[in-house]
Amino acid sequence: MKYKDINLGLVLPILIIVLLGAWPIISQKDINRETIFTIILFMGLASSLNIFLGYTGYVSFGHVVYFGLGGYVGFYFMSAQGQSIWIAMLTGGLASGLLAFLLGKAILRLRGGYFALATIGVNEAVRAFINNFDLFGGPIGMTLNFKVYKAYGGAAKSLWMAYYLLIATVLLVIVVSYLVRTSKFGLGLLAIREDEDAAEVMGVRAPDAKTWAYVLSAIFPGILGALFFFKNGAIEPVPAFRLSMSIEMIVMVMLGGQGTVLGPLLGAAGYQWMRGFLLTNSFFKNIQLAVAGGLLLVIVLFVPGGVIGWLRKQIPGLRRVLQ
Amino acid sequence: MKRSLIFIISLLMVFSVVLAACQPAPEPTKAPEVKPTSAPATVKTEEVAQPTEEAKPVETEEVPEVKEVTAVIGFTTSQTGKYNVSSTRQVSGLRLWMKDVNDAGGIVLSDGTVIKFSEVTYDDESNTDRVQELYTRIATEDGADFLISPYSSGLTAASSIIAEQYGKIMITTGAASDANYKQGYTSVYQAYTPASRYLTGAVDLLGKLDPDAKKVAFVYENSKFSTAVVVAAKDYAVEQGYDVVLYEGYDPETTDFGPFINKIVDAGPDAILGGGHFQDGSTFARQIYDKNIAIKFMTLLVAPPEPDFADLGEAALGVIGPSQWEPLAAFTPESAEQAGLEWFGLTGDKFVEEYVAAYGEDPSYHSAGGYAAGMILQKAIMDADSMDFEKVKAALDGVDMLTFYGHIKFDTSEEAHGLQLGHSMVYIQWQKDADGNLVKQVVWPEEGATAEPLYPLH
Amino acid sequence: MGFLLASVTDGLLIGFVYGVAAMGLTLIWGVMDVINLSHGPIITLGMFGVYLLFTGPLGLNPYLALLFVALGGLLFGILVYFIAVHRVIGASHLSTLLATYAVNMIIIGIGTAIFTASPRNVEFNMGRLTFGNVTLLGTRVIAAVASVLVSAGLYLFLYKTRPGRYIRAVANNKDAAELMGVPSMQILALSFGLGTMLAAISGALIATFFPFTILAGGAYELKSFVISVLGGLGNPIGALYGGLILGVLEGIIPTFMETTWVPVVEFVLFVLILLVRPQGLLGVKK
Repeated sequence: MKYKDINLGLVLPILIIVLLGAWPIISQKDINRETIFTIILFMGLASSLNIFLGYTGYVSFGHVVYFGLGGYVGFYFMSAQGQSIWIAMLTGGLASGLLAFLLGKAILRLRGGYFALATIGVNEAVRAFINNFDLFGGPIGMTLNFKVYKAYGGAAKSLWMAYYLLIATVLLVIVVSYLVRTSKFGLGLLAIREDEDAAEVMGVRAPDAKTWAYVLSAIFPGILGALFFFKNGAIEPVPAFRLSMSIEMIVMVMLGGQGTVLGPLLGAAGYQWMRGFLLTNSFFKNIQLAVAGGLLLVIVLFVPGGVIGWLRKQIPGLRRVLQ
Repeated sequence: MKRSLIFIISLLMVFSVVLAACQPAPEPTKAPEVKPTSAPATVKTEEVAQPTEEAKPVETEEVPEVKEVTAVIGFTTSQTGKYNVSSTRQVSGLRLWMKDVNDAGGIVLSDGTVIKFSEVTYDDESNTDRVQELYTRIATEDGADFLISPYSSGLTAASSIIAEQYGKIMITTGAASDANYKQGYTSVYQAYTPASRYLTGAVDLLGKLDPDAKKVAFVYENSKFSTAVVVAAKDYAVEQGYDVVLYEGYDPETTDFGPFINKIVDAGPDAILGGGHFQDGSTFARQIYDKNIAIKFMTLLVAPPEPDFADLGEAALGVIGPSQWEPLAAFTPESAEQAGLEWFGLTGDKFVEEYVAAYGEDPSYHSAGGYAAGMILQKAIMDADSMDFEKVKAALDGVDMLTFYGHIKFDTSEEAHGLQLGHSMVYIQWQKDADGNLVKQVVWPEEGATAEPLYPLH
Repeated sequence: MGFLLASVTDGLLIGFVYGVAAMGLTLIWGVMDVINLSHGPIITLGMFGVYLLFTGPLGLNPYLALLFVALGGLLFGILVYFIAVHRVIGASHLSTLLATYAVNMIIIGIGTAIFTASPRNVEFNMGRLTFGNVTLLGTRVIAAVASVLVSAGLYLFLYKTRPGRYIRAVANNKDAAELMGVPSMQILALSFGLGTMLAAISGALIATFFPFTILAGGAYELKSFVISVLGGLGNPIGALYGGLILGVLEGIIPTFMETTWVPVVEFVLFVLILLVRPQGLLGVKK
């Protein structure tokens, strides 16, 4: 019985990604691939953020800095050094992880709103710095020559390859998220979320635990950033470090249910569906931003636990499944 | 029992997520109906009526079928976000072109096929996240035959890959950065004068006005477009023997230009060239005026040509701005003949008249760019006498024409394919008319000038 | 280096106005532990308030319009408090951040639909005084004076009136204040209203000398974060000093390095101060 439950907690999220991911491959339709790419990308970003935000309760408000930095470092290796996408993903992930490690030691001492503000400051500082950093093209950014895609068999194949890589990366995020959640390490994180001082008394080495959770949750956005900008073909400081993207990631985590493996996936899918609907609906499209804000407000005020929290409250039997 | 319930619920959840993700394609946004103007409507009926009456007897004997095909034009619009105003105007221009062509009976090919145009568009929210998704949808699901770029170089870079990948021709407008046309694309064509030639005319104008004014300051928003413009303009100025006394950017988020302006004053330039976008450009111009800085000549990007720039009042007076197109710019069939170029399309007066009738506001250069993008496509299809990708592409490579928007000719070299070569900027200056109202006058190039430049500025 | 003096003067004058904007943010933070992410759009609403009253049929003098904007800001803030904030007081920071961000989206969404993103300008001038390199602009001097008056008013209100003392009591310890019979809900609503009122006032003052768009508030919101931290989060009077420090920094930095580095210095300083002196540069360690 126990064996089966544990598996469901992991199998369910993996099933979602695999089924979603298989759809464009089976239908062989490019548009399905593009739609699913956006959704799974955000599933991956939200899940990575959740490893830190959901499990420790620390609000990383400027998490997009790791997406942007990974994108930039990866892009630099591809465009200026002529390296492959593999190297780009590796260096992008490493760069983000390294920054998170260095910063984490310092800013994770801050709590609550102070921490949230510091992460906003970090994002703005990095964006402003890159805007002045000539190696990365400064304000002009960098562009990928179309020939780069030829190395992978043309643009069409490159886009498919980026898609497969995305699915593999996001599956990895989910496995890591699940492992953290069910490990002793994760238990320590959850204890920090409930009461950090008590957790330390109980023997959780909070500074180390927080730092490693932070680093883990920064590596994957770095990899995903390298992938996204490879596909995008160009990178500039403003789109790479867009604070509102950070907030979108948080909304997804919160919408689905923070601190669960499945939640961010549901949140990302739900959020993307809602935005897609509002953006194209002829009645809402002119005020779609305001309507989205109104919906967000209603959810924050009345369903703070997100989909998972709500389901668990309604159907107690689901608690063991919805990890 | 209970466990199976849980299992079923879990499966249902997976299913629902997948379903939610695989939602049906969103409905493409419908173009708002352009209010029909009475003038073109009557023209239309006459045009349609005459040929059919004359052709009737012939047609009944021959093949009676007139094949009508609809060419779908796809693009995204920035309905929200920072590009909202410019993008909307660009799309308004494009829609006016589409209406004009369709009202005139479409494009008739030599085999009798009639091509009419329809559009498909989505909101890109002024950011790159979904541009590729939307363009893929446009190119595959919505079956667009031709693409028009989004507004801005950044969004256009993302969409160019999609155009190239699906073998669609894309006419870019509102995307001036040179770099995008040096990435090896073969089916992307630029309607705008590239960034590298945005300010060079201003340097020429200064030289003409005052050969003694040698000290120039380049001050610019530290963002993609303005940096690209200023880098090229600075090289040009140095070549012309100017002394660049200050060359510095400011952050896009800058609110107060006070300290920056003090720095400019300290450098003591005769002329200021640069700027960025609308918000910072207008703030900068107002603060230069408020501080009463002794500057002889000031050219700013983007902001001055916008009609709203007049809201600055006195602060707008004398400010010069490069524009892709101005209502006053006199490109006519006669000037085409003089230049030995083929004239194509409607006149500038007619464009302004139709645009005002349709939208109730004066067109800006973004509007003209949108209209011109459509015309370029129209001309290429007519020259190719087909909608075939290769044929239209060959026709585009050969386009060399004068329109109300100016001269159009593309670079066909491998390194910079599609880069605009023919078109050049006009420079406007805000001046006062006889009644003391602020009006835009074209002051450069000389052959298109409508007024003497106001010099020195302060 | 004559322009150093000019730049410091410019920085000081605008610093007062920055200070008022940040005061609103830091007051709300101090009293209810909420980071108000709708701060920027509310500054923008202040700008548009003056713009509409000035260019509208009434043609109100901007400084007269300021009074209406202030009152509007207070009422609007109280309304926002009851709709969006009241339910999440005491909840996690995540909830309050998202709730105020939702308000931000609503204001920007409706604002863009009505006003579009095109720039507006209040064509208004109060003359200028020139001393050598230094140019004092009438509108800026008045804005600085008005900011000082507003700060003084806030100080008197917080320290000399009963509701003001209640606000400080709730800021210190909400539960204890409630036990002492302080009506905490009304006080929280009032504090939120005051915070948005200050934001709206700063927006109204800025509108008299800078053009703006519906998105312009975002830059001032980020500055307000930096200033609040410089002056010590939760300390409204410290925010005025913070504003002056930031203004002077913005004036001085361009004299010895490229202007584009200003935000890098600002935000690095911001993070450093959060780490090293969370009570603010001038704050006393608690």
